[in-house]
Amino acid sequence: MDVKTFAAIDVGSYELSMKIFEISPKEKLKEIDHIRHRIDLGTETYTTGKLSHEKVDELCRVLGEYAGIMKSYKVSDYKAYGTSAIREMGNRSIVLEQIKMRTGIRIDVLSNSEQRFLDYKAVASKGESFHWLISNGTAIIDIGGGSIQVSLFDKDSLVTTQNLRLGILLIREQLIKLKLKPSQYAEIIEEICSGQIEVLEKLYLKGKKIDNIIVVDEYISYALAKKNRSYLDNYIDGDTYRDLMEEIQSHSLTEIGKLMQMPEESIFLLYISSMLVTKFLQTMGAGKLWIPGVTLCDGIGYEYAEKNKILVTTHDFEKDIIDCTQNISKRYMGSKKRGETLEKIALTIFDSVKKIHGLKKRERLLLRLAALLHDCGKYITMTNVGEASYEIVMSTEIIGLSHAEREIVANVVRYNYRDFSHYDSDWTGIPDRQTYLTVAKLTAILRVAVGLDRSHKEKFRDITASLRDRELLLTVNTSSDITLEKGLFSTRAVFFEEIFNVTPVIKRKRGV
Amino acid sequence: MAEKEKKTDFTNPKYYTNRELSWILFNTRVLNEARDKSIPLFERLKFLSITASNLDEFFMIRVASLKDMVSVHYDKPDIAGMTPQEQLEALDKATHDLVNMQYSTYTRSLLPLLEKNGLHVIQAHEDLTKAEGDYVDRYFKDSVYPVLTPMAVDSSRPFPLIRNKSLNIGALVKKKGENKEMEFATVQVPSVLPRIVELPSGNDGKRKVILLEEIIEKNIEKLFLNYDIVCVHPFRIMRNADLTIEEDEAADLLKEIEKQLKKRQWGQAIRLEVEADIDKKLLKFIEKELKIKEEDIYRIAGPLDLTFLMKMYGMEGFDHLKKPGYIPQPVPEMEGEGSIFEKIQKGDILLYHPYQTFNPVVEFIKQAAKDPQVLAIKQTLYRVSGNSPIIAALAQAAENGKQVSVLVELKARFDEENNIVWAKMLEKAGCHVIYGLVGLKTHSKITLVVRREEDGIARYVHLGTGNYNDATAKLYTDTGLLTCSESIGEDATAVFNMLSGYSEPLSWNKLSLAPLWLKDKFLSLIQRETEYARRGRKAKMIAKVNSLCDRDIIAALYEASSAGVKIHLIVRGICCLRVGIPGVSENIKVRSIVGNFLEHSRIFYFENDGEPEIYMGSADWMPRNLERRVEILFPVEKEELKQRVIHILDLQLKDTVKANVLTKDNVYEKVDKRGKEHLDSQEEFCREAIEQGEKHVTAYSSRTFIPETHISDAGLQ
Repeated sequence: MDVKTFAAIDVGSYELSMKIFEISPKEKLKEIDHIRHRIDLGTETYTTGKLSHEKVDELCRVLGEYAGIMKSYKVSDYKAYGTSAIREMGNRSIVLEQIKMRTGIRIDVLSNSEQRFLDYKAVASKGESFHWLISNGTAIIDIGGGSIQVSLFDKDSLVTTQNLRLGILLIREQLIKLKLKPSQYAEIIEEICSGQIEVLEKLYLKGKKIDNIIVVDEYISYALAKKNRSYLDNYIDGDTYRDLMEEIQSHSLTEIGKLMQMPEESIFLLYISSMLVTKFLQTMGAGKLWIPGVTLCDGIGYEYAEKNKILVTTHDFEKDIIDCTQNISKRYMGSKKRGETLEKIALTIFDSVKKIHGLKKRERLLLRLAALLHDCGKYITMTNVGEASYEIVMSTEIIGLSHAEREIVANVVRYNYRDFSHYDSDWTGIPDRQTYLTVAKLTAILRVAVGLDRSHKEKFRDITASLRDRELLLTVNTSSDITLEKGLFSTRAVFFEEIFNVTPVIKRKRGV
Repeated sequence: MAEKEKKTDFTNPKYYTNRELSWILFNTRVLNEARDKSIPLFERLKFLSITASNLDEFFMIRVASLKDMVSVHYDKPDIAGMTPQEQLEALDKATHDLVNMQYSTYTRSLLPLLEKNGLHVIQAHEDLTKAEGDYVDRYFKDSVYPVLTPMAVDSSRPFPLIRNKSLNIGALVKKKGENKEMEFATVQVPSVLPRIVELPSGNDGKRKVILLEEIIEKNIEKLFLNYDIVCVHPFRIMRNADLTIEEDEAADLLKEIEKQLKKRQWGQAIRLEVEADIDKKLLKFIEKELKIKEEDIYRIAGPLDLTFLMKMYGMEGFDHLKKPGYIPQPVPEMEGEGSIFEKIQKGDILLYHPYQTFNPVVEFIKQAAKDPQVLAIKQTLYRVSGNSPIIAALAQAAENGKQVSVLVELKARFDEENNIVWAKMLEKAGCHVIYGLVGLKTHSKITLVVRREEDGIARYVHLGTGNYNDATAKLYTDTGLLTCSESIGEDATAVFNMLSGYSEPLSWNKLSLAPLWLKDKFLSLIQRETEYARRGRKAKMIAKVNSLCDRDIIAALYEASSAGVKIHLIVRGICCLRVGIPGVSENIKVRSIVGNFLEHSRIFYFENDGEPEIYMGSADWMPRNLERRVEILFPVEKEELKQRVIHILDLQLKDTVKANVLTKDNVYEKVDKRGKEHLDSQEEFCREAIEQGEKHVTAYSSRTFIPETHISDAGLQ
């Protein structure tokens, strides 16, 4: 029996949910059970930064029950992720440790970009239409409780991804606080979101044609499914959606509830969600909508299946990360050609010294990103490029990266320019020694690569590297003059020597 | 036309029947069975007994509740526009009439017939012969006297607590030798002793019985040795029990009562039954002490509390005066090799009890308990039999390491104590027991078995209209479905998630749940027929329920009828809908089947423009079912099974023997048999089930013995 039973737990801001999946190459991800418990963690942690004892108790009690359910399904593995409410909790580590001790469930914390990446994976997992859609201009609108993530695709590549503080729970709170009549909702929601959506449009949408919108949201998809079974996979055109939503919005909330047979608490959220999507639809002028009804749990399941090689992905998610990074670099006037040269050199070195750095595929990706972004700071200042680059990377969302990973990239970029400081003396921000070591190793490699491309003339485009005893032989196939590089190289190489105890040496290929 | 329709207010009270009065009509129909000469004598005793216990319950629950309303000045009119006071007044007459009819049936029809058939019921101890008198005196001394607690009332001893529903003997006594005032004395007729005492039969071979209270009366002076007995008469009271108000009443009433809690007289006597010729002074004394009103006194011409007739039914030696017992037949789909799961995999299985045996349901849980592939069993239990094989199987499953979740409804009327005992036992065995939901009674009947199979998780579900009670499954007609449909399995999982306190799923595939969406579902199904009728399409629906008293549903049915939908209703009990009202309910026909088995299944048929949909479920069309209970409605989708369910409805609509038809004058009449074949639907179902069972036996020529797991109870009690 090659069916694996897997549990995905999402400790969300307002809901603790668990999906049980059966994962097999044949059935792919098959949802067996979906258990939801409403618990508002967000309000407390957003306002006080902490979680009260009562909430911790409730969390533990329900997670304990979830553990029991997992046992009853004999799940072979599970993954539990906390999102923004856990992320913004000051006493996070303590609470998570408590939960671990009391329930046996270990909760990892997702950064916003990781979380959205999982949502995005969940969408991609839903089938072929995804690939077909993103070959044209497509926006993914990922509607969450605290914020909305808007990701734009064009020609199969991720152009940008932006986070807007327009979560449906946040909006609901505002509406409740304002003590509005339901008849005023539409207008106020419009007012709340139009400012941010306009900025998004000005900065990122100008001149781009968005044909399709993919909506990640629980409520609209279910409402659609309820309304009419014939919306196969909830794939509809913009006009049909508009008609439908007009119909919904012309009823009172209670009436919609009856119409859709949805729980009352969901109706308000459905209403806000549908208003937001309508607004995006207007702004972007998209013709088609796809609302596959996926949740973070689907993404968690998909990630697990992918990691364990039960499912073969048809979409290259790493490419999305790189595409996205290239677009960031472009935004800060980075040269695409130079970036690619640097990337190539850096990766060549990385691959050749695999044995001595012991880093994995993921770190290789981070190195690529660092190479692409290594001098983005010069857009702000020519004199303090390292610091400026660091700041840019830290404040730019790179989809799919955890906070720690983003920090690695930012630091590699920073220490490419600055003297390296050692963990044992004055490191702040970096979570642990392991991360520090990764930064050091990647910095060493990037420095050598940058050194080889000193003149920015891509003389070292064609390079091979081989490790021989204590020397890293960098053989370059060029007829250009490499005096400059050779001359300045030694200063760059010192750090590499320090880190790996190997000396990089430049050699020109014989016969050139 | 459309204009005119709009003008009709379908909720107008004049279109409705008060539910209590409709209930009286139902009990009268049961009583009519006791009066039906074509029915074997002892079966008639049983029906009479049922009317008596029904009436007791009616007083404790319904009348008590109305009295509560009156006492807190709650005067909101009911569905038919009657205030509680008006209802009580109407009921006063109706119940007295009913009781009179009960006793005339007993004394004028049944007693003479019993006599004729060799059973002599001695009505008064004065009628005993000397030898018989000696016999009962001896019986009194040996068996009765030791368990009696006589109590006298005087200034130092307060009026004793007279137990609800108990039969008592009251006496006026005088201290011997003193010329003091009379005192009241009372003794309860012990419920631990049989009410019917058989005397040694005489030379004529006739059997003779006397009731226990007569024996006590005869010996009353032995209880009050220092007194002279002035008069002795039995009496019986019914109290306003504290469990009366719950789900049946409106929330605003509950609030009102809470507010005026003090005014409500808990345990107040609401009905006093006495012998017709009771001594006036004695009656006055009891009346005063119990603070009972004149209209609540029932003067009875015969023995009080006719429920003893059920015991008489159980007497041995009169089998020729009873209907031969029916043995529930094997279910053809269940026969043959293989586990029950393999059989369900072959296709959904429809069960029709008691014509077919309840065994597959018990077997379903038993096999799940032992099957190594089964991971979990989840079930809702409302009323189970004592010594239930289902409980035993669940406990065993937990011991075998299965995850067993059971929702035990503790609020099941009158069954609370019973339920707590075995719920505790299940918990001990390692089951996860949920003791009901706050504010809701869980009335749904659903079992989910989660099994880990080659291709992953598979879910097997049983859904039914009747309780998981192997004893009542032999007496109640119920339908059930065994299925491994994925969409129903998903819904079943969601049901149990909800019952465990988790959020409602965002969508349901097939099941409709009360109190969430069930009512809306029904309304929309009815409205769909209305729409078809308006568009000139053939529109039709059939509904079989136990009670119909939900205003919204009835109004929707009226609207449908006025639009031209042909509606057939098979309503066993209460029906607040009226038929034959011009422009309102001309297209509605209502019939009630009261037969040997208690009609209990709920089945719904909707024509749906030529693509009929069929549903079955646990809910009646009552506000309490649709709004204050967890109920499940499930579709029957397999064509072959649909045809079988349609056949069930069809036969009941053709019944000419046990069916009573509601007329536009709001009375029930037996079907006019002229030109129609004689058809007793319950008999016919029995015959068909036997035929199917036999057909199967010949077809496979291998017979499996079906062990009886529970000894049949004598009656419905």
